[in-house]
Amino acid sequence: MAKVAMTVNGKSVSREVEGRTLLVQFLREDLRLTGTHVGCDTSQCGACIVHVNGEAVKSCTMFAAEAEGAEVTTIEAMANEDGSLNTVQQAFQDYHGLQCGFCTPGMVMSATALLKENPKPSEQEIRDYLEGNICRCTGYHNIIKAIMAASGQEMPAMAAE
Amino acid sequence: MYAFEIERPTTLADAVAALGREEAQALGGGQTLIPTLKQRLAMPSVLVSLSGIAEMRGVSVNDAGLLCIGGGTTHGTVAKEAAAHYPGLADLASHIGDPAVRNRGTIGGSLANNDPSACYPAAALASGATIVTNTREITADDYFQGMFTTALEEGEIVTEVKFPIPEVSCYIKFEQPASRFALVGVFVAKSADGVRVAVTGASNNGVFRWSEAEAALSSEFSVGALDGLSVASDDMIADLHGSAAYRAHLVGVMTKRAVAGAK
Amino acid sequence: MPKDTASHTGIGASTKRREDVRFLTGNGNYTDDISVFGQAYVHFLRSDVAHGRITSIDTSAAEGMPGVVKIFTGKDFEAVGSIPCGWQVTDRHGAVMKEPRHPVLAYGKVRHVGDPIAAIVADSLAEARDAAEAIVYDIEELPAAVNMKDALKDGAPLVHDDLSDNLCYDWGFVEENKGAVNEAIKTAAHVTTLELVNNRLVANPMEPRVAVAEWNKSNDEYTLYTTSQNPHVIRLLMGAFVLGIPEHKLRVVAPDVGGGFGTKIFHYAEEAFCTFAAKACKRPVKWTSTRSEAFMSDAHGRDHVTKIELALDKDNNFTAIRTETLANMGAYLSTFAPSVPTWLHGTLMAGNYKTPNIYVNVKAVFTNTVPVDAYRGAGRPEATYQLERVIDMAARELGVDPIALRRQNFITEFPYATPVAVEYDTGDYPATMDKLEEIADLAGFAARRKESEAKGKLRGLGVNCYIEACGIAPSNLVGQLGARAGLYESATVRVNATGSISVMTGSHSHGQGHETAFPQVVAEMLGIDASMIDIVHGDTARGPMGMGTYGSRSLAVGGSAMVRATEKIINKAKKIAAHLMEASEGDIELKDGQFTVAGTDKSVAWGDVTLAAYVPHNYPLDDIEPGLEETAFYDPSNFTYPSGAYACEVELDPETGKVTIERFSAADDFGNIINPMIVSGQVHGGIAQGIGQALLENCAYDENGQLLSASYMDYAMPRAADVPFYAVDHSCQTPCTHNPLGVKGCGEAGAIGSPPAVINAVIDALNSGGHKVAHMDMPASPSRVWAAMQG
Repeated sequence: MAKVAMTVNGKSVSREVEGRTLLVQFLREDLRLTGTHVGCDTSQCGACIVHVNGEAVKSCTMFAAEAEGAEVTTIEAMANEDGSLNTVQQAFQDYHGLQCGFCTPGMVMSATALLKENPKPSEQEIRDYLEGNICRCTGYHNIIKAIMAASGQEMPAMAAE
Repeated sequence: MYAFEIERPTTLADAVAALGREEAQALGGGQTLIPTLKQRLAMPSVLVSLSGIAEMRGVSVNDAGLLCIGGGTTHGTVAKEAAAHYPGLADLASHIGDPAVRNRGTIGGSLANNDPSACYPAAALASGATIVTNTREITADDYFQGMFTTALEEGEIVTEVKFPIPEVSCYIKFEQPASRFALVGVFVAKSADGVRVAVTGASNNGVFRWSEAEAALSSEFSVGALDGLSVASDDMIADLHGSAAYRAHLVGVMTKRAVAGAK
Repeated sequence: MPKDTASHTGIGASTKRREDVRFLTGNGNYTDDISVFGQAYVHFLRSDVAHGRITSIDTSAAEGMPGVVKIFTGKDFEAVGSIPCGWQVTDRHGAVMKEPRHPVLAYGKVRHVGDPIAAIVADSLAEARDAAEAIVYDIEELPAAVNMKDALKDGAPLVHDDLSDNLCYDWGFVEENKGAVNEAIKTAAHVTTLELVNNRLVANPMEPRVAVAEWNKSNDEYTLYTTSQNPHVIRLLMGAFVLGIPEHKLRVVAPDVGGGFGTKIFHYAEEAFCTFAAKACKRPVKWTSTRSEAFMSDAHGRDHVTKIELALDKDNNFTAIRTETLANMGAYLSTFAPSVPTWLHGTLMAGNYKTPNIYVNVKAVFTNTVPVDAYRGAGRPEATYQLERVIDMAARELGVDPIALRRQNFITEFPYATPVAVEYDTGDYPATMDKLEEIADLAGFAARRKESEAKGKLRGLGVNCYIEACGIAPSNLVGQLGARAGLYESATVRVNATGSISVMTGSHSHGQGHETAFPQVVAEMLGIDASMIDIVHGDTARGPMGMGTYGSRSLAVGGSAMVRATEKIINKAKKIAAHLMEASEGDIELKDGQFTVAGTDKSVAWGDVTLAAYVPHNYPLDDIEPGLEETAFYDPSNFTYPSGAYACEVELDPETGKVTIERFSAADDFGNIINPMIVSGQVHGGIAQGIGQALLENCAYDENGQLLSASYMDYAMPRAADVPFYAVDHSCQTPCTHNPLGVKGCGEAGAIGSPPAVINAVIDALNSGGHKVAHMDMPASPSRVWAAMQG
């Protein structure tokens, strides 16, 4: 066991953890931040994506110890200060960009990272960026629409329905 | 995962010392190693994380005109910072895995692992890069020794990779539909010394140079120069995602596309 | 933005989903988010061979490992029941299917890769895994039955030693049709024959399965938290058949469920294990599946090998269909496995066409593979795929337009009794095809093909129709067909004193938006705002016995139960209102949440009536009881029959064989629609799964029964860049005639209707490039397409 300290959602936290403790385990089990999910064990599904020092990373493929001193942001800290949904979250609700909700935290974290890098992504750029986020429910249609809407863009005609 | 300790040295010297411990293993970005550990396919007692070593990160051009990339530099950083110097390499880096993987995975980790379907080995081999470790420099031609096998000794760390910058280059990969790793990836690099063509994903022996294509392209750098050339399928990987013949065929197609796309 | 008017929250509004807020903020409550104080963790040691005899198993060393609470093997479950099968099929000779024992933990033999040999309960998961490696066991590997044709041969390895062979049943449907079908095929002007594989799939809801069980020593009650589409069904199956726990001592809770697609219908050994072990260990026990574990323990889907013959007369009218199918059951019978290739498949073989003679034969086969059961569509995609492929093939052979051939043979009069024992109540197949031609811009295809060809690509167009039977279904009928359960649904409408409402239902959302759509129905009936109504589901302790969510049944059956219960509420509320206004009950009208006396200006508000029900000072106590709570069980009188027409356009790279979906259009008839936004979303998701089956997904075993596609590294899941925006339309509406909402169900349509459209398009593209390919099996992966092009 070794001590690890980091800032999670603006709060300093420290715990004794094993070397093999993944960041996602640390978040879910030690901090009880269960909004970050685990959907696979081969680093592909993206349900576990959080931001570490502002960058999207797969928290199932990073040890808690490697986040020593880092600023970690999870889905629990994405809403506006008054608790209302932020722009990306609101767009996901408005455009029905989620169904079972399990991949959703990772989708929101990825979409947020994308829009930071590329404020007006094209449809293709959004689809390519989501390579590491698997959704089984929505067929992606409304996720793409939600992200386009969150970036303030018009919908292509094909996305009408 | 089996139990292990994690060390996070901040200098190369400390990392080398830590790797001298019994059953110690280096941890780059972990994007391949951590899934492997989850399957309990590796049993280190100490993981030495290289991500805290500032001197192993960064992209720069040295006095000899070589593009020098620290072994701990992430794919995402290479994609951004190498773009102005070596667009073919930056483009390759920008298509490894997915954005979150690119924010963690490193060039040193990729080259040390030498996965037969990884992208970077094709770039290093086609560029004629030099792999720099804490003890020596190894040319790419000597470095890659077959699937998951390299010239690295136990405890040796890839600290930097030095790429000669070609006149034009391009990497094209055809993705395996599930893993999205390269089913076949071809890097073509044209420099004053000639053309080098490196193929990843296809062969049971890992990344390799396609010498017939190199010869043809060195005398005439055009898609047409490749007409009639094909690689033998004998050593090609055959699996759920494609036969050996299919992979051999794709080597030809991807090479042509890389030549067409070279800039 | 979807239509969402503040003034209208009832039927037809695209109301935004209320559940989204918790999912978007990380406040969902999935089973793995539940931790019970003092819980231990279980790790299952699973077989790495497909078939073998367990000759020894020694857990003594492992028992001494740090953190180990207790280790279980098959012997510990000798006295425990078999994991039950919920459907008994009778074969064409009148014999019942073979039904081998399915132990909680393997005993004597292992029968598929992933079959659990031992279970280690420990303080932590890591310690449980460590201890698993200290278990010393020996398995004598036996030859495996993997391929279905081989498994039926004489001398094939027996999956179950106590059975005479690997044939579960040989089902004929309708047996009496056989002679006429054979005769029609013999005398046909043309017969098209197609042999095909409907590829094995893994459902892959993004949330892996989880079970957390606790046992209360003070009252001998058990609680199981589990990832289930139907917690009441789990309580029944596990309590009554496996562990012998009476229902009043067993609570099953399924909180937020992260997708199911059928694979979370079934009762699984891990649920029974955790419940059993919670008492044996006197500690809560938790199991969380890894994705790799899911590939070898979640029931798989599809896996049919079929030969279909379509006979046509000289005018291209369909005269007969004859099919022979081998259906893989895997190593054990999963909960509804036997019903999928039979009653959910054979009954749909008429499709949208008036073919007078149909005969279906299905042989179900045991193999040394993971059990196979319902996956989105379940039997109906298999029926649709073979039928719509063979029609396309016939059109190509005869040189006729595939749409015209379909139109010519459409059923146009309703109700229509098919030769395969079902009666379609309503439909308008020409209308959905007309709508499809419009939204898919089929007129513009030729120009788009030219554009593709100018880029060196081939372009293909595939069209098909589908029909499904869903809203499963009348209990007396399914009982005759072998179901061991009723298929009604229940609802309790509990009106509180202040007028707010809790609706308890046995349906259980795992992504379908019940919490939003169901209140729209009740709000519409009562004329109150939907925000006053909450749905309570997923907990056997909080609602009446219900049958759960699958088969696109929740609204058609569960919603109908809600309507019936709400009608009872309205009847009683009118009596109270009549008393309050000193009027006759027959004169009371309910509109916009106000009770009025017809022809007067007298009225009382909804809240006045509900308060009176619970504070019955001025109340007709002689006539009615206080309170305002009603329960209804709804048992449908028929299936519902959604239908539609789909079109897919693909572009094919002849150099690599890679197929990309350029356009996908779906015109569906779901009858009446409650929430159009949610309906479109259901269709989108179904289409993506159908595209996944057609182009990407393939659960493959090698000849020794090793699972080749055992993780996302080898099982190709559709990603965002693999699919286009879809054009979907559900404006063609022929309401269901036999349920009070006129709804038909929309959850499975996309997955049923899309695979043949994709493959028809791929074949069209290949043929447009001069490749005379009549058929290729799914998935049309790049390597397979390339191989097909090589001839």
